[in-house]
Formats: sequence, structure tokens, C-alpha cells
Amino acid sequence: MPLLRIEGVAKSFGNFRAVDQLSLDIRAGEFFALLGPSGCGKTTLLRMLAGFETPDEGRILLGGSDIAQVLPHERPVNMMFQNYALFPHLSVRDNIAFGLRRAGMARKDIATRVAEMLALVKLEGLEKRKPDQLSGGQRQRVALARSLARRPQVLLLDEPLAALDKKLRESTQGELMELQRRLGMTFIIVTHDQEEAMTMAGRIGVMDAGRLVQVATPRNLYEAPASRWIAEFVGDINLFNGQVAARENGRLTVSTAEAGPLAVSELWPPVTKELVSVAIRPEKVKLSRRAPASDAGLSQTINRLAGVVTDVNYLGGVTSYRVKLETGAMVRSSMANTARLDVDAYLAGQRVVAWFTADDCLVLEQ
Amino acid sequence: MSARRIFARPARLAAIAPYLWMVLFFLVPFGFVLKISLSQTAIAQPPYTPVFDFAEGRAALALAFSQLSFDNFRLLLQDNLYILSYLRSLVVAVTSTVILLLIGYPIAYGMARLPQRWQGVAMMLVIVPFWTSFLIRIYAWINILQHDGLLNRILLALHIVSTPVVWLSTDSAMYLGIVYSYLPFMILPLYATLSKMDASLLEAAGDLGSSPRQAFWLVTFPLSLPGVGAGALLCFIPIVGEFVIPDLLAGSNSLMIGQTLWLEFFTNKDWPVASAAAVALLLLLVPPLVLYDRLQRRQLEGGR
Repeated sequence: MPLLRIEGVAKSFGNFRAVDQLSLDIRAGEFFALLGPSGCGKTTLLRMLAGFETPDEGRILLGGSDIAQVLPHERPVNMMFQNYALFPHLSVRDNIAFGLRRAGMARKDIATRVAEMLALVKLEGLEKRKPDQLSGGQRQRVALARSLARRPQVLLLDEPLAALDKKLRESTQGELMELQRRLGMTFIIVTHDQEEAMTMAGRIGVMDAGRLVQVATPRNLYEAPASRWIAEFVGDINLFNGQVAARENGRLTVSTAEAGPLAVSELWPPVTKELVSVAIRPEKVKLSRRAPASDAGLSQTINRLAGVVTDVNYLGGVTSYRVKLETGAMVRSSMANTARLDVDAYLAGQRVVAWFTADDCLVLEQ
Repeated sequence: MSARRIFARPARLAAIAPYLWMVLFFLVPFGFVLKISLSQTAIAQPPYTPVFDFAEGRAALALAFSQLSFDNFRLLLQDNLYILSYLRSLVVAVTSTVILLLIGYPIAYGMARLPQRWQGVAMMLVIVPFWTSFLIRIYAWINILQHDGLLNRILLALHIVSTPVVWLSTDSAMYLGIVYSYLPFMILPLYATLSKMDASLLEAAGDLGSSPRQAFWLVTFPLSLPGVGAGALLCFIPIVGEFVIPDLLAGSNSLMIGQTLWLEFFTNKDWPVASAAAVALLLLLVPPLVLYDRLQRRQLEGGR
């Protein structure tokens, strides 16, 4: 039995179906991310877990008992709000102690727990400050400490890092993961930032239009997206529409208008439709001045596409190229800058061959 | 440097303007009143002495100045009439403010929680009475409350009372009039603070284990205190000096300071004593203002 079981939950606002017959199991001690574009229903789902919204249908089982109709203040679940929702009239200490006082904890235990929480989020010495005397990063930590103080069975985090700048966001991501591992707590985070979800979460649930479209580890989500929509939503991808022309020994040949025939290794389960898209991530597309001579050295089929470099974007760690094929279609390639001095870098206008193996391609139904 | 030069002149003007206004329309008239309060009543035009005449030279001015005295203020302290009037004004103002808070807070709270599109309508309903002259509205109350007025007729028709009740010229009528007239001044600042309140704070309070009632007292109410202060002050200060409502609706056995002032000025033609009473009233109102200002400043500083 998982810690949290969401069973056929649905919620509508007027005619808008925010969450549509959604089911999901979350294990104890898991760091789970709900990822999706804005309006996909991820926040509504989180708010139903917190108790701020009541599902129209379905059950939410926490440790075996249905909490779908339980009021927020009676749930063993806490939430960290996107805008932090710190009480402006209370000091840092009183903010953190707020939930403990409501729980009727003894004065002495509250003091101990607050000190513990302040140490946990490294805010010792700031307990007398009011929220408006703190920096954004400090406020974020107070909000975290406050939501953890009651030791909830599940901690819900609603876009917890959205208000922080990039550097602080990255270091805080690491701290959140550290904290979750150390406390062994179950974290459910809502985010629209796929990098954030992939960095932190053990499993990611991708939502679209109120439904869960794929639940997978970050690696599987990226390398084996369940649909074309997910492939495009998570990371960059090149897509070529075509038709299955031949099928032998787990190898498909897809004839595409834009890139000619492409050899693709078939995944399990095999595609059943004839109209498919061949998808290839930019970092799996290599560029070279001449086509690799033969397949012998690579022991697998290579797709070669001749074209001209049109854009070169140097991004530090990687350089991303856009190559225009003879058909007019564009292919994106990104290559790691493994050497400081790269005399071989490609220039705009240069003729190149973009190539990739059949194993690196995905075949998705259109 | 250059920015300073660009902004210097208009900025300085803008900074001075309110002070200029205060000097012209408050400090100068107050100086006149203060001077009259230190003068003696006389049967003359103007009805007090001495009169400063700048044309008669420095010696005459000095003589006039030496004639000023605090006799009128001494009278205020000695005569029961004034002290009782002040006390009654304070009691009426405090009582009315408390009643206004008790009625105004729930209304403002309800308004702030209405769906957005109804809030504007509610606001209009609060303000609409202002479109009718204040005096007419008070006379309407006299009509309702008098011996054969609407209220008594309804009570008689419903057999709740068997003989007409005396409403008019009672303290109840006066409180009714005051609360009725000042309610918008209490509701609007309260509504302003309550409607600005971040709804996620209440959710956070609930999430951390507060029942809705606890969340109100622990979060909503403390955060609405600036509005409570503003509303209370906005009502308290003018009610202390209120003249029309007690004069028209209350009995004549005890007077508020505004009525006493009016009596001294128009009936007794004793301008100096009336002025002294006005100055004393102003001094009486300074402490609550200072207190409020300090509370608000402490709130701004974050209460370290």
C-alpha cells in the first residue's frame, strides 16, 4: 500500500475541468514532482491534497484512510506556498511556532523544535525578525521551516523556488534534496520548470489538461517520452513526420518528407499506427565535415543528413547549431564544448553532415 | 547632482505645499482663536477686548498684549458645566466608536469576502446615503422617531407596545443618529485593509492547524488593526466635537462640548470663553492622535 493513493479524482470549476479522473500512487519517502504547463491542473491537484479544494469525484487515501473531505487544519499534511504566505505580523520564531501552538505542543517542546528548525534551514539568529526584514531567500527558508515544523506525513511544495534568482534556486534545489533525504519525508512538488523537476524528483508526473500523461523517472521521461507532446514539452527535440516503410528485426524504416528515409530502432511496445514521428534529441545529433565512412565501426545503422549550418549559439558548456537540410527542414544539434580551444568549431554557412544512430531515435505516434 | 538639480524646484514646492496649506488654513485661524481665548468679553464689535491694532504703535500693542490672560481657561476648569460637557463628549465618542466597530467590522468583513463583482455594488450601497444632505437624513430620523412617527406606528400596529414609546430626545436616539451617520467612515477604512488581505495567509493558517475561527483571531484581526485604528479615529475625533446630532436627537439635560461651545458663542455672545473651550477641545484630541501615530509608526518599523 503506498503512502498516498489518489483514486479517480476529478475537480471542475464551472465548465472547466481542472483535474480529470486522475489516479496516482506515491510511496513513503519519495520526492515526487508534478510537472506541467500552467493551467494543466497540477496546482489544483496539490490544493486538493492540502484540503483547500474538495474533489468532485474520487478518493484521496493517506495511509489507507480517505482524506478527500477532511478540512485542511485536520490533515497531517503541510504545504509550502508559492508566495510563502508568511504571517507579516509575526516574527520568524512565531511563524515557525504557529503550527506547533495549534497542535497544543508544550511550550518547552515548541522552543526546542523551533530551534531545531532554524538550525535545519540555517537561520539561527534571525528568530526575532519580521518577514519584511528578510531577503527573498531567507523568507523561502522560513516558509520551509514553518511547513516542516509539524513533521507532516507529506510536504506539499507549490513552486517553492519560483521567486528566487537562478543561482539561489540551484543551491536551494540541492538543499531541498538533502533535507528530504535526511528527514526521510515524502515531498510532492509542483513546478512548471522541467529542469527543476528533473534535478530534484525521483519520479515525475507530467500533467496536461487535467490528466496525468506520464509518470516516470527523469531519465525515462527524457529518453522515452510516452507521446509526442511530452517529448516536445520536456527538453528540446527534432521531429520528422513520416510513414513506416519497412519493418524488420526490430528496426523500422520511416520515410519522411523532410529528411528522407530514417532508420529507427523500435521500442517496446511497438508502434501500431503507420503515421509516425521520428524524434531525436539535439545532443544526440552529431555534426561532422564529412559523413562517417561506414557503419562497420559503429555496429549499427547511422542516419546521415547533409546540410548547411545557419545559426551557431555558443552557450558556454554547449554550443547549439541549426542546420538547414536540402529539403528546407531544420535540424538542431548541440555539442559539448569539451576543449577550451576548439579549432574545429563549425561556422555559419559551412556545409556539414548531421548524423545520428538508429538507437538514438524515438518513434512516436503522431 | 544633475538629478538633484532637475528635481529640486518642483520637488521642494511639492514638499512645502502641505505645510503652506496647514499654516494658512489651520495655524493662522488657530492663532486667532487662541488670541480670542486669552481675551475678555466686551459689549463691542468685535465682542472682546483687547483688540490688536497694529496702526497704534508698539506701546499700544504691548499694553494690549499685557491684558491677555488665562482667566477663560481657569473658568473652564472651575465651572462644572464645561468639565461635564467634555466628559460627556468623551463618553459619547468612545461608546459610539465601540458600537460603530461592532457593527462596521462584520459589514466590512462581509464586503471584503463578497465575489469581486459584488464588492463594487456593496461599496456603492455604503456610500449612497451621502448623496442626500446629512441634515435631511437627520430630520428623517426625527420623523421616524417622533411620538406619532413611523417606528411607533409600526410597533403599535404589531402590538409590540400598547402606548407610543418616547424615542426622540433620548440618548438612544442620539447614538442611533451618530452610528447611522458615521458608519461609512468606519466601514471604508476597515474594508480597505480587509480586502487587501492575502487569502493565502488564511490558507496557511488553516494548513498549520487553525480552525477558521482561530485563523480569524490569529491572522485576519491582527492584520486589520491599522484599519480598525484608522476607522476608530476617523469616527472618534469628529464625534467628540459633534453638535448637530446631539442637538437634534438628544435631550437637553446634558450637553456635549460642541453644544456648549455653540451656546457660549451664539447665545451668550461670549467669544473668549467659546474660543477657550475650542482650544481645550483641540488639546483634548491631541493625545489620541499622537498615540495612533506612534502605533502606526511602530507597525511600519516592524515592531522590533
